[in-house]
Amino acid sequence: MKHIIMDEYNVIVIGAGHAGCEAGLAAARMGEKTLMLSINLEAVAMMACNPSIGGTGKGHLVREIDALGGEMGINIDKTFIQNKMLNTGKGPAVHSLRAQADKQQYHEEMKRTIEGQENLDLKQGEVIDLIVEEGTVKGVILNTGAAYLSKAVILATGTFLRGKIFIGEWSFFSGPNGLSPSMALAENLAKHGIELRRFKTGTPARVLGCSLDYSKMSEQKGDDKIVPFSFMNDELSCDQISCWLTYTNEATHQVIREHSHRSALFGGQIEGVGPRYCPSIEDKINRFADKERHQTFIEPEGRGTDEMYVQGMSSSLPEDVQEAFYKTIPGLENVKIVRPAYAIEYDCIDPLNLKINMESRQIRNLFCAGQFNGSSGYEEAAAQGLIAGVNAVLAINGKLPFVLDRSEAYIGVLIDDLITKGTNEPYRIMTSRAEYRLVLRQDNADLRLTEKGYALKLVTEERYANFTRNQEIVEAEKVRLSETMIYPNDVLEFMDRNNSTRLQNKISLAELLKRPEISYEKLSEIDKDQPKLSIHGKAQIEVQIKYAGYINKQLQQIEKFKKLEDKRLSTEIDYSQIDGIRREASQKLNQIKPLSVGQASRISGVSPADINVILIHLEKERRKGN
Amino acid sequence: MESTIAAIATPIGEGGIGIVRISGSKAMSILADVFVPDNGQPIQNRRITYGNVVDKSNGQIVDEVLVSFMQGPKTYTTEDVAEINCHGSIVALRKTLALVLRCGAVLAEPGEFTKRAFLNGRLDLIQAEAVIDLIKAKSDTGFEVAINQLEGILSTKVLAIRARLMDLLIKLAVNIDYPDEDIEELTYEETLKSLLQIDDMIEMLLSTSETGRLIREGLAVAIIGKPNVGKSSFMNALLRENRAIVTEIPGTTRDTIDEYITIKGISIKITDTAGIRETEDAIEKMGIEKSKESFNKADLIVFVLDGSGVLTKEDREIIDKIRDRTSLVIINKGDLEQFVEEEQVKILLPKAKIIGISATVGTGIEAVENEILDLVYGGKVKQGESVMVSNVRQKDLLDRARQSVKDAIDQTREMAAMDFLEIDVKMAWELLGEIVGETVSESIIDEVFARFCLGK
Repeated sequence: MKHIIMDEYNVIVIGAGHAGCEAGLAAARMGEKTLMLSINLEAVAMMACNPSIGGTGKGHLVREIDALGGEMGINIDKTFIQNKMLNTGKGPAVHSLRAQADKQQYHEEMKRTIEGQENLDLKQGEVIDLIVEEGTVKGVILNTGAAYLSKAVILATGTFLRGKIFIGEWSFFSGPNGLSPSMALAENLAKHGIELRRFKTGTPARVLGCSLDYSKMSEQKGDDKIVPFSFMNDELSCDQISCWLTYTNEATHQVIREHSHRSALFGGQIEGVGPRYCPSIEDKINRFADKERHQTFIEPEGRGTDEMYVQGMSSSLPEDVQEAFYKTIPGLENVKIVRPAYAIEYDCIDPLNLKINMESRQIRNLFCAGQFNGSSGYEEAAAQGLIAGVNAVLAINGKLPFVLDRSEAYIGVLIDDLITKGTNEPYRIMTSRAEYRLVLRQDNADLRLTEKGYALKLVTEERYANFTRNQEIVEAEKVRLSETMIYPNDVLEFMDRNNSTRLQNKISLAELLKRPEISYEKLSEIDKDQPKLSIHGKAQIEVQIKYAGYINKQLQQIEKFKKLEDKRLSTEIDYSQIDGIRREASQKLNQIKPLSVGQASRISGVSPADINVILIHLEKERRKGN
Repeated sequence: MESTIAAIATPIGEGGIGIVRISGSKAMSILADVFVPDNGQPIQNRRITYGNVVDKSNGQIVDEVLVSFMQGPKTYTTEDVAEINCHGSIVALRKTLALVLRCGAVLAEPGEFTKRAFLNGRLDLIQAEAVIDLIKAKSDTGFEVAINQLEGILSTKVLAIRARLMDLLIKLAVNIDYPDEDIEELTYEETLKSLLQIDDMIEMLLSTSETGRLIREGLAVAIIGKPNVGKSSFMNALLRENRAIVTEIPGTTRDTIDEYITIKGISIKITDTAGIRETEDAIEKMGIEKSKESFNKADLIVFVLDGSGVLTKEDREIIDKIRDRTSLVIINKGDLEQFVEEEQVKILLPKAKIIGISATVGTGIEAVENEILDLVYGGKVKQGESVMVSNVRQKDLLDRARQSVKDAIDQTREMAAMDFLEIDVKMAWELLGEIVGETVSESIIDEVFARFCLGK
């Protein structure tokens, strides 16, 4: 069928979820004329599953997106209804921020930001095909016959691509939340040589708050002191809404066991691979049969609705069974389900088919982000969207890719894991995936990344000025703390009050701050010269001084790591032609085409001996060149 | 190329002289750590200095040596290079290397000196090809296969330690990454308890090699038998077939002779005991004490009988002593008329393997060798841990793993944050992984999900 070319863009983003939003905004902010297309504009930044942003590892990603000039941090700061710093009992590297979001507001705020963004158009429309010429993408075709040309296209289709919902014995093609799925595009991508596979995820039921008995649950409040996600914000205030905690019991498990044969998961209808960290309740009961109860958090979906999210209780059991087992949970005896739990299966790619800049190996200038790449989670998607957007812009301008390595950001860990190691299930970030956790903290994300974001023109002048001013104060304050001496007799009462051993000699404030029981905040009682600092600045000073030893140790490890990362490998190398590399390794190397010796060493099946052979090959080539 | 590497740079077994070569930026400081010059003067660039290699942790002299130091870049590898010329024996050579590694050097991979020389611009392409061949050869030779089988035994031990570390890592990972989940919080007491147990396990593995026994000795085999049954000729027959690594360490008495051989890659110390009978003779008594000690420490007893004689009271006394030990009975002098029946011995020693040989003619020796290998591979030889840590690389990795565990213990005692001590625990786990050839951290994540019920 003929299509009509409507307009021409530099970058087109397919999908307006968390990946699509960051991709579109990044491209537009870098000055490119950009179009975002979504099957339904109600799906812009839609939180299709849990009503929260952040958490362990994920909170780090949000801070990094923010430090680079992305939108997720700012948007959640505008729309959160509860905020909590997790892991405060542990080291600063794993402190993780998490916010409950008002889903509707989150969507509206993001949509408004996009609508107001210069160079950026947002349209409702279903892309059914790509225009590809000689292996390069040239544009997209909509189901209306409209077509848009573009120098680069970013695929961020989430769970829409050939989405199929399962509720017990019933299944039907659908996008998330009853929106239409994207069917034709999946077929046409396959025709263009993009190999697709099936992944699966699920979401629990939404229930009415007024049907719940909270007296049988325990209240989960937010923090008193609200730390913002965005480095652009200082301490925030908000009338917070609580979450509630309750547990399943033997009766719940009984109902589920009796009906487990009716679950789509065990019935064999679902072919997609689901994530292990997000199992359905029937899966939990099946795999952990001796666990007497499973916790569930009841989380509000927003201020403008009475819908509550039943965390931990995703299911693909039929509706009648869902109702039966939800009602066995204390506080949920009279529950009214307004949206049933479901499992959803969707098409995605093996991320090993992506280049280091998130560009498809099959089609030039086609970039991919989010769940389409086999990840899971809003934050993982947003992080990829941002980087895919940046790289699409760099590619069409003939510039080198923007790549963050594993020592620079969780974003680097996430993308390197996906494109170098691949994944067999929807991928979730975790702090244990990062080798250099002590350096990749959420408190210093701006220190690590804002300069880079500024160089890319993603970071606004305002943010950059804010950042440099903050750093100047932090640096000056660190010097002042190490030079200001205090004397034992002046702080007797202060030391006693904080259960800290009395001083023997004079020491600097910085030395005193190294004691675990003394915080920067507390120091203000005996140190009247503390400058006015943002909440972020205070955190940085505290961590940098307290943990200097640990951090330095890790910085040395990073230096070692960088040496192998800096040894570049050409993508032109045919590893099967290098004598001495085992066949298994050369096949993997030829598939992935690593860009550095460091990346090559992380590919499964590549041994240290193979790496030695590569190093020698490199040197040989270098000498031939001379 | 940041690490400083070291290795024995001369072929093993060619007399007692050998060189430990060190290359890298820390070559000088490591040399200074292990070497005490005789004249008390500092070591000079491109001068040979005489002195001793001393284990400064206990003040023991390891060997009398000549050392030289050559500052880069005009050296083989273009890095700073130090060489220690040992005289003593293979024992001293290996001990010296172990000491150098303890002081911060990393054991060089096969061909690594040459590789560095090449990468730093010292060699031509043809030589580089040879390095690749060397790297390839490492995994191809049959010798390596034998070693690998032996390492299977070590692996079992290391895997057991790793499993404990993994257990702890999983709990740490869950505590760090899932603060909201309904999971028992890991306490410092529990962590400390596991770490101390793990430390003990590593120490057990290391203990023998710590005293050097391991590195020099390998599997301890004691040959026992009354006089004139042919123990010496049996031992000589074994030595003829297998290259002797070293002969007689100074200081051993005339009554026990230690010989070192390798059978298909397994290094074995054979002690010819003088006999364990009662005596009044003071000098003989000393020898017998020594024999008893070897006998008690042996991983495997080889009991030699004279097949051309009959079983005597003396033979029966020995039989009584070895009944509970892993033993191999050799009925010697098979070239003569036989009076000892295999069945007869079988009744007395039902668990022992019995082989008939003739040491003078040389028949049956191979069968003995195969039987020793079978016992080792089959795990039947009681491992006095001595076979365990069979090479310096493994010892080096174990040492480093243990240091990480100790760091973690210190951190636990100070009640440092769980995520800090996790870094040291993980380091130990990874180092041990290098011994058994796996370090993929994805497996921790797999285990987290397998053992804990987590979900949003």
